[in-house]
Amino acid sequence: MKLLVIAGPPSAGKTSLTKQIVRRFKDEMTIAFLKIDVVKAYEDIELGREFKILTKKIYSGDLCPDHAGVMVLGDAVEWAESKHADLFVVESAGLCLRCSPYLNQGLGIIVLSSISGIHAPEKMGAMVSLADIAVVTKIDLVSQAEREVLIQKIKDVHPNLILIETNALQGTSLHRLYELIKQSEEIDSDKLYLKGNPPIGTCTICVGKKEIGWKHHFGVIKKLDGQIAEYLYRGE
Amino acid sequence: MINTITILPGLDKAGGKENYRHLTLTAGETVSIVGPTGSGKTALISDIELLAQGDSSTRRRILINGKIPSDEIRYNPAMKPIAMITQNTKCFTDLSTMEFLKIHARARKIIDEKVIIETIDLANKFTGEKIDRETRVTVLSGGQTRSLLIADAILIGAAPIILLDEIENAGIFKQEVIDIIKNTSKIIIFVTHDPVIALLSKKRIIMENGAVKKVLSQNEFETKAAANLLELDKQVGFIREKLRAGDEITKDLIKVNFA
Repeated sequence: MKLLVIAGPPSAGKTSLTKQIVRRFKDEMTIAFLKIDVVKAYEDIELGREFKILTKKIYSGDLCPDHAGVMVLGDAVEWAESKHADLFVVESAGLCLRCSPYLNQGLGIIVLSSISGIHAPEKMGAMVSLADIAVVTKIDLVSQAEREVLIQKIKDVHPNLILIETNALQGTSLHRLYELIKQSEEIDSDKLYLKGNPPIGTCTICVGKKEIGWKHHFGVIKKLDGQIAEYLYRGE
Repeated sequence: MINTITILPGLDKAGGKENYRHLTLTAGETVSIVGPTGSGKTALISDIELLAQGDSSTRRRILINGKIPSDEIRYNPAMKPIAMITQNTKCFTDLSTMEFLKIHARARKIIDEKVIIETIDLANKFTGEKIDRETRVTVLSGGQTRSLLIADAILIGAAPIILLDEIENAGIFKQEVIDIIKNTSKIIIFVTHDPVIALLSKKRIIMENGAVKKVLSQNEFETKAAANLLELDKQVGFIREKLRAGDEITKDLIKVNFA
């Protein structure tokens, strides 16, 4: 089974992109879809109705949504495999921007709107810097120059990110994304890990990491010279 | 070096195949795309801009020098041989004009920062309202934004293929724009409703129902018609600028300029 984890802020075009991907692959693969959201989501109903694919959703409610994602993903992967899915698409809500929902296997996709503002890529932290692919949507609404400026800003955050520009409603220029999905490796569900560091609950020393030096830790850390506070969050 | 771009047929709005084998444009050529609104003009230049490979709504494919362009050319802005001015007259990027151009120059791998001032200077030739380098691009007027983006496409995009979508619509000095770009070895493609621009182009692509209907080459009568229209256009422009400046049209003015 192949795995896609799609993240990005609300209204960036995650669901439009998902629909294009489903439309492209539904005839050659069995597709399962999971939506993780906080309060309300309709994507599972929409996708199920439009494409007759397997869907599920969970609401995280009072729980941190990325935490909720970690908790349910194990079961969800098992569910998708039990239904013989060839492609499992997980769509996560754009959440607190501290964490990212990507796993060590499959593809992590960040969806960003062309009109989301020039500093959005930096502000979104791990959601951009740990993604494999960035899909920039709504490109019909801005000039080419402006798109290139936004892409440069994304590249400043993550130089090796694969960038794809699209009008997700029409599905333009997604050929390369489809190729990447086709080429992506099957996951080994026993070896799935979060790609990024979870936020601090306790520090890494508290949980028993023995390495010496601040570079090996995150949480409350301190260099020989310098403030504690500026290293509280080192980013990914 | 880009010598030609070739457009391979796709589908019209009803899903029927377009009725031409291929359409090749050569360096130094100016081309106009004409047709009613909704006929597929913008979709055609979008295909060219994205170097579509059957993955746009029209299913057209675009070749450069007769070959399928590499992924690097398609997706890396620094390598992209195309600069497009869309109908957008609004920027969402919250940066000053100077910062905006600086980042764009970096995206296009231009190191010399002289180009930034040159771009602002050139933009100011296309618009009556001066653009200051500190002005944020979000507050530029429609005409200023257009002027800036055209200057940016010429100097920073510096691409061998320039696509201009209805430049006549945004209160800019279109004659200046045409003068500057027509004598280059670039492929210039206008989407236009303006008869002067259409007649001045070497080729005209006529669109209908999402498809290329036919391609015409400029004939000698059209060159003359263009010259006449241009004269008329200058007169219209002259009056427009007078009115914009708050002047009145007087008998003397008419005598001198329209005798």
